[in-house]
Amino acid sequence: MKFSLSVILTMLGGIGVSLWAYTPWWGFVPVAFVLALIIHQVPAKAFASGFLGMLLAWGGLSWWIDWQNTSLLSKQVAFLFPLQGSSAALILLTGILGGILSGVAALAGSYLRVIKSKSE
Amino acid sequence: MRILPFFCSAAITIGLVVVLDRPLGKVPPLGSFFSPQYGFWQNAEPVNQDFGGALSLQGLQGPVQVYFDDRLVPHVFADNDQDLYFVQGYLHARFRLFQIDLQTRAAAGRASEFAGSKAINFDREQRRLGMVYAAENALKEIEANPLFRSLFDAYTAGVNSYIDQLTDAALPIEYKLLQCKPEKWSNLKTALLLKMMSKMLSAGTENDLANTNAKSVFMPDELQQLYPQVPDSLLPIVPKGTIFPKPAIIPIKPTDADSLYFNNKSTVAAQTLDRPDPGNGSNNWVVAGSKTQSGSPILANDPHLELSLPSIWFEIQLKTPTHNSYGVSLPGSPFVVIGFNDSIAWGVTNSQRDVKDYYEIKFKDEARSTYWFNGEWVPAKMRIEEIKIKDSLSVFDTVAYTVFGPVQFDNRFSNAAAADRNLAVRWAAHDPSNEGLTFYKLNKAHNYTEYEEAIQTFTCPGQNFIFASRAGDIAIWQQGRFPARWDGQGLYVMPGQDSSYLWQGYIPQQENPHAINPERGYLQSANQRAADGTYPYFIPGSYITARGVRIDNKLAAMSGITPQKMMELHADYFNITAEDIRPVLLANIDEGQLNVKEREFLEIFRNWDFLATPDSKGQTIFQSFWDTVQVSIWKDEISRTSPLATWPTEQTTIEWLLRDTVYRYADDINTPQVETLAMTVTTSFKKAASFLQLKEAEGKLTWSRFMNPSLYHLLKDALPAFARKGLSVGGYGNIVNAIKHSHGPSWRMVVHLVDGIEAYGVFPGGQSGNPGSRFYDNNLSVWEKGEYNRCWYMRENDRSSEQVKWVLQFNKS
Repeated sequence: MKFSLSVILTMLGGIGVSLWAYTPWWGFVPVAFVLALIIHQVPAKAFASGFLGMLLAWGGLSWWIDWQNTSLLSKQVAFLFPLQGSSAALILLTGILGGILSGVAALAGSYLRVIKSKSE
Repeated sequence: MRILPFFCSAAITIGLVVVLDRPLGKVPPLGSFFSPQYGFWQNAEPVNQDFGGALSLQGLQGPVQVYFDDRLVPHVFADNDQDLYFVQGYLHARFRLFQIDLQTRAAAGRASEFAGSKAINFDREQRRLGMVYAAENALKEIEANPLFRSLFDAYTAGVNSYIDQLTDAALPIEYKLLQCKPEKWSNLKTALLLKMMSKMLSAGTENDLANTNAKSVFMPDELQQLYPQVPDSLLPIVPKGTIFPKPAIIPIKPTDADSLYFNNKSTVAAQTLDRPDPGNGSNNWVVAGSKTQSGSPILANDPHLELSLPSIWFEIQLKTPTHNSYGVSLPGSPFVVIGFNDSIAWGVTNSQRDVKDYYEIKFKDEARSTYWFNGEWVPAKMRIEEIKIKDSLSVFDTVAYTVFGPVQFDNRFSNAAAADRNLAVRWAAHDPSNEGLTFYKLNKAHNYTEYEEAIQTFTCPGQNFIFASRAGDIAIWQQGRFPARWDGQGLYVMPGQDSSYLWQGYIPQQENPHAINPERGYLQSANQRAADGTYPYFIPGSYITARGVRIDNKLAAMSGITPQKMMELHADYFNITAEDIRPVLLANIDEGQLNVKEREFLEIFRNWDFLATPDSKGQTIFQSFWDTVQVSIWKDEISRTSPLATWPTEQTTIEWLLRDTVYRYADDINTPQVETLAMTVTTSFKKAASFLQLKEAEGKLTWSRFMNPSLYHLLKDALPAFARKGLSVGGYGNIVNAIKHSHGPSWRMVVHLVDGIEAYGVFPGGQSGNPGSRFYDNNLSVWEKGEYNRCWYMRENDRSSEQVKWVLQFNKS
């Protein structure tokens, strides 16, 4: 339950900051961190939910953009980066990139929570 | 110790953000580049993108409507010229920002700001050619005219009003890849863009340096043979038999020209690094009502330029209550450059005239700031050039400006062993001029008189302005400000120690080659010499003869012409060069020396229909064979100097072979025996055949596979993914359909001057410069098939037509 909630909130937070024009590209990092602080999970689960949340957020956003673009651009960029012109691989890579960052941020949040609860 | 995992994971998080926020070598910062919020995904334009809307912008005087049709051609309706060109500037920036920014920075010798240190020599050469100096001189002339100043100001304000509102997310993808930012526009940049065109079309049409080397080894009679001025088969722009008036200016050859100039045998080691393609040519022609089915004239034009993505052209309609013009514009400058209005149509081809000379300067000392001129030491104007380099410190260069022009080559800028000679360049593009004025007036012209008035001030690059009017007139003028040269002046590097070798004046504008309403009912130009030998001036240049002959022959034979017939002529694949030379080649092949495979190739060549179609094998065999023959004949001669002497032209070679079969140059001077033409031709064929066998094994014997017609992105090899390669088209530079590997018809236009105007046009590419837009290359397949788009010439009462797809409303704020 906590896990799903965390995934969904990370995803929504990730999409939210991406749609707001004034956050930097890494705006989702503090979001994932704070969410892991609030929703207490063991570090492995925190990482997984952070990862999954942003995988869905960036993967989903880029998929939506790509669908509207009928993959015109992604096919070309996927040759610039050696992905054999695969739009799907490019979308996946986008998601994974966001996911890893979000995952480690959530991991840090989870450890801080552990420290806090131990010291209390 | 529990605190350790937290610090580790926090450090990794921050570390990752920092690393992903930085470029890694050539790779852009991955974080922002992949971010759907800022990165390349933002350039993936929805295929159903709405280009309409409403904008309130400062700098406009009143409302302007832009109606986009289904090909994203904007039809701009404004109340006055200033607002019209403001919006044209905005639209150029909206769809081609990276292109105009890159091109004008490159023109100014600032490519290193994008490309890094590998472009330093390119930039130095641009500065030393005086590109910025030329643009500044032009701008002074432009801004001295209050009307023109206001038009250029409006265009600049339009470009900048787009740049000002641009967010990081909306930057063109190239900026994201290169990690650069666009620069504000200025009137100087517009002037620079026009100088880029001047360089493209008039800086590669002379061979002064290589000719100087040729002169060092060849006798005067040999020079005449290798580099004749008037080809036998020339069909000039001005019909043969035209009587030219007595020249108003007769330039005087300096008394010491024989000893100091013609018989000077010294070589020159300097070489131009970035030499414009001498094949930057074009075709245009016009047929009078007497030759058309409708009784109205038809005009056709196809400028041959480097084929790039985004295209060099941007299609547009520009309308105010006083005029309504349609055609293609050059992003980075206002007006329609090639097009039509209600009353007239016009087009251009390059004159190919030599308007760039070199003078040898004698400096007083190593400071190179004082030079000998007319018997005394005079100071040069020293211009310090700072070249900024991406990710590196600036490089500085000092260029000495003499009375002749900037010193392009000296020991501060020596490619190879060029250090020993100081060469100043005198180039017509340096002179103050306002080329835009011609296009501004042409956009508004109603008749022949206004056309003639419009083109008179056009200075450089010399162009063949072809014209047709609904009133039924046809005309062509070779227009430019051309130096009046004494015989031989400027073919070679000239002495630069006094004023006697300077240009003594210019050919009066009215004496420029021209023709109006000839009896034969057609006019054409295809980069050939404008007039035959009876023209009273010495006019060297890099002329191309074959296409003009073919077009002339075809037009002479046609009657009842329709626009469709003109489109077929654009697409003509007939290789007239091959038709001329095949009999000589076949007669000189010793078939006894050929093996089975070679005979197979020979049979294909023998039975070939002279059509350079995409699937032709004969064209591939011919071209490889013929190129090898030319190299075999000339390479030994022109290699007598280093760097090489000028290659004789294809036309010269053909005419010598047709005239004289015991052609003396066929002998390879580097071998003891005397080669006959037959030996040279046979050896060349065998050499070409072994090359062709390799190509055949790779599946590249058919012409389009062999030539691989391609459109590269402006950044060339840096962005191969944005190129379009392996197009299924044929043609060649000497063929009317002049497609080479990445060069050819950059815009094909046919205008039928009936009431209401019937016009067709296509360029390879699309209106948008964004590779993520469906309008990046949507016209390419149309062009590839040799088809055209019907130009929608919108009128006042078409504002609510169904052909309008989007309306972009501009209001003053």
